[in-house]
Amino acid sequence: MKRRDFLTKSMLASGAFMLPAFLKPFEALAMNDITGHKNLVVIQLSGGNDGLNTIIPYCNDIYYQKRKNIGIKVPDVITLNDMQGLNPNLAALKELYDQGWMTIVNSVGYPNPDRSHFRSMDIWQTGSDSNQFLTTGWIGRYLDASRQTLKNPYTAMEVDDTLSLAMKGEYMKGIAVSDPNKLFQTTREPFFKDIVRDHEAQHLSEENLGYLYKTMIETYSSADYIQKTSKTYNVTAQYPTTGIGYQLKNVSKFINSGLETRVYYVSLGGFDTHAGQQGQQGRVLKTYADAVAAFVKDLKQTGKLDDTLIMTFSEFGRRVEENASAGTDHGTASNVFLFGGKLQKPGIFNDAPDLSDLENGDLKYKVDFRDVYANVLDKWLDVNNGEILGKQYQGLGLV
Amino acid sequence: MNNARQIKHLYSRAGFGIRFKELHDHENASVKKKLKELFKNSEADQHITVITENIDLRPKTDDPEVKKKNQEDRNQQDKDLNVAWLKQMASSDAQLRERMTLFWHNHFACNINNAYHQQQLNNIQRTYALGNFKSLLTAVSQSPAMLQFLNNQQNVKGHPNENFARELMELFTLGIGHYTEQDIKESARSFTGWHFDGKTSQYTFVPRIHDDGQKTFMGKTANFCGEDIVDIILSNKQTAIFICTKLYRYLVNDTPDKTNINQMADVFYQANYEIKPLLEYVFLSDWFYDDKNIGVIIKSPAQLLVSLTRQFYIDYHNPDVLLQFERTLGQVLFKPPNVAGWPGGRAWIDSSSLMYRIKIASTLLNAGVIDFTGKATPEDEAFLAATHKQQFNVIKRTQAVPDWGRFLQDIPLDMPRIQVAEFMLEPKLNQTVIDEVNQAPDIKSMVIQIASTPEYQLC
Repeated sequence: MKRRDFLTKSMLASGAFMLPAFLKPFEALAMNDITGHKNLVVIQLSGGNDGLNTIIPYCNDIYYQKRKNIGIKVPDVITLNDMQGLNPNLAALKELYDQGWMTIVNSVGYPNPDRSHFRSMDIWQTGSDSNQFLTTGWIGRYLDASRQTLKNPYTAMEVDDTLSLAMKGEYMKGIAVSDPNKLFQTTREPFFKDIVRDHEAQHLSEENLGYLYKTMIETYSSADYIQKTSKTYNVTAQYPTTGIGYQLKNVSKFINSGLETRVYYVSLGGFDTHAGQQGQQGRVLKTYADAVAAFVKDLKQTGKLDDTLIMTFSEFGRRVEENASAGTDHGTASNVFLFGGKLQKPGIFNDAPDLSDLENGDLKYKVDFRDVYANVLDKWLDVNNGEILGKQYQGLGLV
Repeated sequence: MNNARQIKHLYSRAGFGIRFKELHDHENASVKKKLKELFKNSEADQHITVITENIDLRPKTDDPEVKKKNQEDRNQQDKDLNVAWLKQMASSDAQLRERMTLFWHNHFACNINNAYHQQQLNNIQRTYALGNFKSLLTAVSQSPAMLQFLNNQQNVKGHPNENFARELMELFTLGIGHYTEQDIKESARSFTGWHFDGKTSQYTFVPRIHDDGQKTFMGKTANFCGEDIVDIILSNKQTAIFICTKLYRYLVNDTPDKTNINQMADVFYQANYEIKPLLEYVFLSDWFYDDKNIGVIIKSPAQLLVSLTRQFYIDYHNPDVLLQFERTLGQVLFKPPNVAGWPGGRAWIDSSSLMYRIKIASTLLNAGVIDFTGKATPEDEAFLAATHKQQFNVIKRTQAVPDWGRFLQDIPLDMPRIQVAEFMLEPKLNQTVIDEVNQAPDIKSMVIQIASTPEYQLC
């Protein structure tokens, strides 16, 4: 097609001519294929959140013996049951807990734990064993498995500038969008617009060049769709003016505007508390809790809480005993939180961590994180967990 | 015969791309002659020496202020080392040596918080980049960086730590499935006593913690030391196959070709693991120049940055911007994600990283502007006006200065536009690119456009 012809035809078709015409059927198809649209929102706490000072085993003497300086004093703890309570900086979560919108899973980890941030984060994001190196993430493999029906990159969206390994599959990858307008603007570069046109026959081969063009065209079309769809909804609820507050507000906008996204991924850093832990962890926990509480209440208000599941994890917990700098070093098992309107077992899911039975000063894991994933995959994302996780996991009765 | 395409292909795989000058200096030179020149230019083994202090040797402290300062200095060293190498890759004449150093950097991936030891390991990988694989493997394994990263410092008689032994076989030599758990346990005992002296950063063997008992490894029983284990592993041809497979994917094509790889492994094994004859074999093979192998490998982020920097003689007044690019594109040198290194290939590409990639050329070369004189819709005009307005901010932030004079001077005046485009892109030009090239307002805009295409991501 000549440039002039292209211009004329596109302008005749509609004002929105940046979208190559052959992509339209894809989108129409995807719309019909999504049934019982449920959302998963993953919140990653980076740096290794100290689970013991998050959900405090305030009735356990060993906790106070090992943490003379940084233990959270009993009067400050927000009691949940007769064993555990919340760090006071998580006060905003108490209401969610009382409403039955929160589940706490204790002692989540994996065999032969790795104490390197990078490695352990990879293990959590790929769902691998600790001596196994996978190059695809668990959500990415979910995208691979669902690619017949959910063809678009925005099926999984990371609210960030770059895409985490968790979101990368072999055939499909999620999309990173920190700001829908910014992404839209970048893709509108007139030169880019020009080179992605009429490539259907030419380039969309299985070769790498075809793959690059395909990715570019998909990004193009996704940016357009995300921007156009999300701007139809205005979030009216109040969110804290923090990074994570802003990210979750965006997720609310995406969900409420009816974006066809199944998985959202958000991260919050600052949990690597080797020194002066109480102040530092307190600050980030408060930032986290205030944003999550605003998000959950917003979703309740808009009627989306029953269709949304929020999961929070960190790559590892920290040592039971404090170090000499009023901090804690890298450890093993920690807690996972779930929020949503349809939890099977709200409250505290399993026993508090056993502080008398340690391995080299670290907690022994009681729940494999892949059983949590398995449950989410089977019951929330409607895929067989064995297909995604490499082997069949039992799962838990969480959702 | 015009063999420009072959020579270009050779330079894109045996180096970080070709400059106009390099092609035209010896027009009609044979591939063989060019290869000889590449090896000749790579004889120099220029070490990186920018890191002069091992911060680990500073006195231990509990003072938070001092600790903070130490960490800041470490971060600065990380940056300095990273940028020094990136610049060396871009400017060095020893292109093949640097290109292979980058290969070994990923093969022997190491991520530790000590730039001094990282620099030492990088120099080892450079010294042996074209030498003997056994010497390379041994020197890497005995480097403080690797001894620390794979916990061999903690591998002592009676309390073996298997980390090094496992990675040695799984990632450095044989590949998974060619050894047993028992082989790992037994060989770990052989590597007890492989240590480094923290003060001098030199390898030292410590007999006192070495387990000198009998070990059974790969069916043989004796009082094996670490060197014996390395010999046994190398006597297994699987090691040659494993290395050649990785090298084939790095130099030839992402999709392994068993026949070609077996031929490579024969050469490598028979040459006693000498790397140079193996590379000569690859670069002189007919199949290396097959159409299906040209312009099909996705450049790694480091390669992309280096090739741009080299081709346009870019000078960075704010080197931080290079690290920023590495981070957004997903490859920070010296910080591989894990011992297995960066997976590479299509794993480099997702929606966001691809958009950044194709935006980087114009950011570095023209303050973010891709001049465009195609159809001018009001929307396009508004976009271009906005980016032009932003130019000053982009310049302030990137402070990257390409040497356009030098770049343009290299291009023969009478060279048709299409030939310039063909020269800059490895894949064959499609009609859209040809149209863009013909309609670009001027040669500079055209070149920026070419560097902003998906094709430019391939080598």
